[in-house]
Amino acid sequence: MANNIGRVKVREQEPFIRGKNFEEVCLGYNSEEAILEASRCLNCKNPKCVSACPVKIKIPSFIEKIKGGNFYESFEILSEDTSLPAVCGRVCPQETQCEGSCILGIKGEAVAIGKLERFVADYVRHNPKVLKSNEIIRNGLKVAVIGSGPAGLACAYDLAKMGYDITIFESLHKPGGVLTYGIPEFRLPKAEVVEKEIDKLKDLGIKIETDVFIGRTITIDELFDQENFKAAFIGSGAGLPQFPNVIGENLNGVFSANEFLTRNNLMRAFDNEYDTPFFCGKKVCVVGGGNVAMDAARTALRCGAEVTLVYRRSEKELPARREEVHHAVEEGVKFELLTNPIEIKGDEKGWVKSIVCVRMELGEPDSSGRRSPIPIKGSEFEIETDSVIVALGTKINRIIADTTPGMEVDSKGRIIVENTATSRKGVFAGGDVVTGAATVILAMGEGRKAASAIDKYIKSLK
Amino acid sequence: MYKILVKKQLTPLIYYMEIDAPRVAASAKPGQFLIVKSSEKGERIPLTICDYDSSKGVISIVIQIVGASSYKICMLKEGEYLDNVLGPLGKPSDFMDFTDEQLKNRRYIFIAGGVGSAPIYPQVKYLYNKGVYVDVIIGARNKDLLVMEDQMRNVCNNLYVCTDDGSKGEKGLVTNLLERLIENGEKYDSGVAIGPMVMMKFVTLSAKKYNLPLVVSLNTLMVDGTGMCGACRVSVAGKMKFACVDGPEFNAYDVDFDEAMRRQRIYNDFEDVENKKLGLDTLLKR
Ligand code: FES
Repeated sequence: MANNIGRVKVREQEPFIRGKNFEEVCLGYNSEEAILEASRCLNCKNPKCVSACPVKIKIPSFIEKIKGGNFYESFEILSEDTSLPAVCGRVCPQETQCEGSCILGIKGEAVAIGKLERFVADYVRHNPKVLKSNEIIRNGLKVAVIGSGPAGLACAYDLAKMGYDITIFESLHKPGGVLTYGIPEFRLPKAEVVEKEIDKLKDLGIKIETDVFIGRTITIDELFDQENFKAAFIGSGAGLPQFPNVIGENLNGVFSANEFLTRNNLMRAFDNEYDTPFFCGKKVCVVGGGNVAMDAARTALRCGAEVTLVYRRSEKELPARREEVHHAVEEGVKFELLTNPIEIKGDEKGWVKSIVCVRMELGEPDSSGRRSPIPIKGSEFEIETDSVIVALGTKINRIIADTTPGMEVDSKGRIIVENTATSRKGVFAGGDVVTGAATVILAMGEGRKAASAIDKYIKSLK
Repeated sequence: MYKILVKKQLTPLIYYMEIDAPRVAASAKPGQFLIVKSSEKGERIPLTICDYDSSKGVISIVIQIVGASSYKICMLKEGEYLDNVLGPLGKPSDFMDFTDEQLKNRRYIFIAGGVGSAPIYPQVKYLYNKGVYVDVIIGARNKDLLVMEDQMRNVCNNLYVCTDDGSKGEKGLVTNLLERLIENGEKYDSGVAIGPMVMMKFVTLSAKKYNLPLVVSLNTLMVDGTGMCGACRVSVAGKMKFACVDGPEFNAYDVDFDEAMRRQRIYNDFEDVENKKLGLDTLLKR
C-alpha cells in the first residue's frame, strides 16, 4: 500500500484562465492518477468514512476495485447507494463527511474520496458498456415525486429499482432542481454531467413531467383521486429567497442569488444564443458566505465583474466548502469578512450605487455554539457597486402544505415529518423543504430514507 | 410541448391563441396567470390567461408584441408548439372565495387597459354568470391596442370603450370614464383594474377620490413564477411580497407603484439591444 505517498493532486484549469470562462474548473483524475490515489486507501476494517456518508456509500469497496483497475465493478458498487455519483463527487462537502473521517487525515491527508467517486462515474459515462443490472420486477404501483432536485431524484431512483411506477413532477422547464438552476456550469456541467445522470434515471423507466407546479397545476389530493397515485414524496426544495431587510433592497440592481444564478445556469444568460435578460454590472457585491454566495461571486467574476464578497463572521465560520472558498480566492474574489451590510444606496434613477457596511467583531458563542457577530460602533464604510447579489438563505414556500389538507407544518412553515412521513397519510417529505437549506447529499440521504418508508407504507396497504 | 390549435391576429400588434394544455385548463381560475417559453433558448415570460375550457383541455391567451420574446411567440404558426406553458400560477381572484349569497347583491366595475382586457375577461364572465352586476371599461392608446370588445359585451351589464386618440369609442382615458360614471351616480362595491402599471397607478388615484375598494393585478418581471427567485418582488403596505405567489392581485391602495414601475425597467437596456437585432425597435417605439 502506497500510503507513504501524498494525496495525488487533481488537475485544474489555471485560475487566470478559468476566471474568464464557464468551463469546469476541476479536470479530474485520469486512470493512472486514480489508481495511484486509490492505493492510498487502507481499506479499514471499521470504515469511519462510510458512517460519515449521508447515503452510506461502500467507500472502501468501490476504492478497492479502482486499485485493480476494475472501474465498471467499482461503478456498480457506487450505484447500489447513489444515483448521482458524478454529481456527488463534484459537489459534496467531503471534508466534513467521508474525507473528514478518513484515518489518513489524522496525521496527513485524507484519501480523495470525492475525486475518486467522480473519476469512476466519469469513466463509465465516457466508456459506456451495458452493465449487468438486476432486472426490475415492475409492480405497476404509482408513486409521485414532487421536485426533481437531489432529494426527489434519489427517492425516485430507489423506488424505481424496487419496481414502482414513478412520475417526477417539476415546475421548471428542466429537471435537476438546484443541480440545474443553482450550481454553476463551471462546478457542475449541465449537458455533460447533470443531464446524463438524469437520463440514467429515465432509462429505469422514471417519467419526468416538467411545467407542473404542485399545489397550483394539480394538487396532491387530485393526484391520488384522479390519477391513482398511491403515495407522494415532496422534495420541492427550499423556496423563497431571503433579503437582508435593509433600506434599498428593492433598488434596481439588487438580486437574489437564486435569480442571478437561475438566469445564468438554467436560462444560460452567459450564452448569447439565449434570450435571457441579464444584468451584472462592472462591480458586484455579494452578501453571504455559503456555497450559493461563492457560486454567485464566481459567476459574476466570469461575467467580467470585479467582485467583493461581504460576510458577517470570520473566515473560519464561512459555511461554504473549503474548496469553493479557495477557488474563489484564487480567481480574485475580494473577501470583506466580519462585515455586514446596513444600507444599499441608489442613484436618482433608482439603480444601486453603493452598499454601506459596518465592521463586526465576534462576541460570545450563541446557542448554536457559533460566536455571534456584533457591530463595531463607528466603523461604517461604503463600497461602490453596480449590483448587490444576496445569498442569505431561503424561507419555506408554503404552497404545497397550504393546498394539501391534513398536512401539518411548524411555526416556520416547514413540513413536520416523522421518519419522512408527514401527518398526511401516504405523503412523505424530505430535503430542504423539511430541514431548511442544506446540502445536495443530505437531501439525497432523506430521499433514500423516504423511498424505503414509502415502500413499507405501500406494502402495509395490502 | 404545447400545441397552438388556433391563432388569430387581432390587431397589428396583438394575437390570440388557443393552446392545448390540459393540466392548466383543468385548474385555471379567474385571476391566475401563466409562464410561457416559446423555444429551447427563449425567455420565460409571464402571460395572462384569457379563457380556459377544461372539457377540451384548451386555454386561450391574448398576447401583444412588446419585445423579442413576445414577438417570437406571436410568430409561431397554428399547429406549431410552445416549448413550455406553466400554470395556472398565482392566487385566484379574491371573489372566488365568496359564496353566491355574498356575491349576489354586489356591483363590480372592471377597468382594463390595452391587453388587460384579456385577464379581466374570465373574471367578468365568472361574476356575470353568477348574476352579479358588472360594468366594464376598456381603454387603450388607440384602436390597434384595443381588443376583446365583442366578447366582453356578452358577459357584462354595460361596456364602455375609450381610446386616448379617439380612434375607437370615446376619446379619453379610462380614469375620466370611471370618474364620470361614479359622478353620474353609479354605485360600485368593488373595482378591479388590470393594465399597464402606470394605468393602474392612475386608476388607483381616481378610485381613491370615491373610496372605491380596488384590486390591481401586477405584471412584474418574473423568472420561475413559483416563489423561488424574488424577481417579482413588490412593496405592498410596506412589506416585501412576491407577485407570483402572494399575488398577482393586491389591494391597489397598498401597492408602491413607483417602485414597481422602476423595477419593471431593470432589463430595458438589454431588451432594446435584443429588439434592435430583430428589427423591432421601429415597430415598438417605447
Ligand atoms: S417570479 Fe421568481 S419568485 Fe416570483
